Amino acid sequence: MNPFKKDKKQISIFITAGYPNLESTTEQILSLQANGIDFIEVGIPFSDPMADGPVIQETSSVALANGMQMDLLFNQLGSIKDQVKIPLVLMGYLNPVIQFGLDKFLSKCKEMAIASVILPDMSLELYERFYKTQFEKYQIPVSFLITPLTNNERIQKIAKISENSFVYLVSVTSITGGKININSNVVNRYDEVKSLCGETPVMIGFGISNASDVKNAQKHADGAIIGSAYLKAVSKGDSVQFIGEICN
Amino acid sequence: MSKLKYTQPDEMGFYGEFGGAYIPELLRPNIEELQANFDLLATDEEFQAEFKNLLADYVGRPTPLYLSKKMTAEFGCPIYLKREDLNHTGAHKINNAIGQILLARKMGKTEIVAETGAGQHGVATATVCALMNMKCIVYMGEKDIERQAPNVQRMKFLGAEVVPATSGSKTLKDATNEAIRHWINNPTAYYLIGSVVGPHPYPEMVTSFQAIISKEIKMQLKEKTGIEIPTKVIACVGGGSNAAGAFFEFYEHEEVELIAVEASGLGNETGHSAATSVLGRPGVLHGSLTLLMQDEYGQVTEPYSISAGLDYPGIGPLHAHTIEIGRTKSISVTDQEALTAAKKLTIEEGIIPALESAHALASLYKIEFKSNDVVVINLSGRGDKDMKTYTNVGF
Repeated sequence: MNPFKKDKKQISIFITAGYPNLESTTEQILSLQANGIDFIEVGIPFSDPMADGPVIQETSSVALANGMQMDLLFNQLGSIKDQVKIPLVLMGYLNPVIQFGLDKFLSKCKEMAIASVILPDMSLELYERFYKTQFEKYQIPVSFLITPLTNNERIQKIAKISENSFVYLVSVTSITGGKININSNVVNRYDEVKSLCGETPVMIGFGISNASDVKNAQKHADGAIIGSAYLKAVSKGDSVQFIGEICN
Repeated sequence: MSKLKYTQPDEMGFYGEFGGAYIPELLRPNIEELQANFDLLATDEEFQAEFKNLLADYVGRPTPLYLSKKMTAEFGCPIYLKREDLNHTGAHKINNAIGQILLARKMGKTEIVAETGAGQHGVATATVCALMNMKCIVYMGEKDIERQAPNVQRMKFLGAEVVPATSGSKTLKDATNEAIRHWINNPTAYYLIGSVVGPHPYPEMVTSFQAIISKEIKMQLKEKTGIEIPTKVIACVGGGSNAAGAFFEFYEHEEVELIAVEASGLGNETGHSAATSVLGRPGVLHGSLTLLMQDEYGQVTEPYSISAGLDYPGIGPLHAHTIEIGRTKSISVTDQEALTAAKKLTIEEGIIPALESAHALASLYKIEFKSNDVVVINLSGRGDKDMKTYTNVGF
């Protein structure tokens, strides 16, 4: 059963593991769950996040300075495994995963019941040529980013591969933390994407920064993902208020 | 045409296990557009003719192949300097900038974004943008802006906007991250990458535009000696564009020894080095899988070299591949060794080399020569930009 398929529209939050403090990962997951967030993307920090804007660059670098790394992250996730009832997604750049060892990474994902993995710099082509066998061996679902410019055939292919997770639709072609501009052209494309993906849920992310963005995105997809805006609130100590506003 | 053994990547951009296009979906349309247009160049006679003409009349090619009598006497075999320092703007970087700006114009682009380390690629890009009347944005590490001030002034005078990269080590790696982010946000811009790094097809494309260096070496050696193939070719490697160009024609001649000289800063054991092939292991950065300096967790480590152009934690995938299989040999040269070699060339030949190229010169003391050797060193750039450093160390 696909854990991202629900009868209601969803909200997801992206956190950076190890930010603002090393121990924040577990606290945030449990708190977001308690506040009704539907699923959480746990960001694995990387030194050179090329698709990320200033906010996630900064949280990644703080998390690394705090000492966050893969083994530690899995230990933290293990410590709250029994309390977590919502799907967890691991999202990060490929290099830390390769260096940890893909087999070891996927086996840990299995152990922690990770619902999906997103590695934005692992393209569909690279996945199929080098990594697919291992993902399938450990039965770890994979999600890919698509954009409004991704062609239909590719969207359908990606939706099929991700039938047990979701398709991550990037709202606009820009790095994370940008400003979304949902105009009628884009909205029509969102609807087309949704229909091309069939049974696979579609979540819209990048540039979703407030309750109104969330509602707009939810109209054309199964859910919305917030990253930079949440992390910015965390950095100001306003995360509780922020989540409250988003969830109302 | 049969596939070249070393220099031709597979259809996904892999040289052996290295290369590829490790890019987020956001960059896919950009890369596909680039690939489609690059594929047309080989048979585009108009492009090839204009490239050739600009290299001749604007850049000043062919650059001389100069036989150093003093070095020849010192090492006991003929030592030639390929004078890329005599190119317009002072380094080999302009060869690639000309090729890519013509491609950008063909693609209808009007805004160019680039990264730069030593500033040579930034200056070359700002120059061709002025020539073609295009908007130019150059990302440069804050640390490099400080140590390569003359090149920053040149870029600005040429009309480019120089944007400081303030993240991470504040050097070439971070400038490259920023340039890629700019390209994601502005897909109509053309990303004019400066070295044989980045996602496929950049390594192959930049290599093809720099290949003119070795094509000329062959012709010039033939004229001077009757034989077009040297026994050793030496070039410094940061990302590796001048080396890729100097080696290109000789990869398939297995008897030619190809020597890539990396910067080892204060020494490879000190933690302050940029010698990627010694200290790196396979990893993904800036869109390709290559040899990469990184910690045990896969975080990219900050390299160190006195030379801004060699201060990069990766290496082009073609070099990673040929070094791993033993076709290319790598040698490490420290800051001090490079400085000494720079001073020596200046005093003995009246040629002030760039700090980058000085690393290639310093490697001569680490190589054994036979009297029947014929050696070509690629003198990739001139040292005007490094006068502050040369002056500060007390020369």
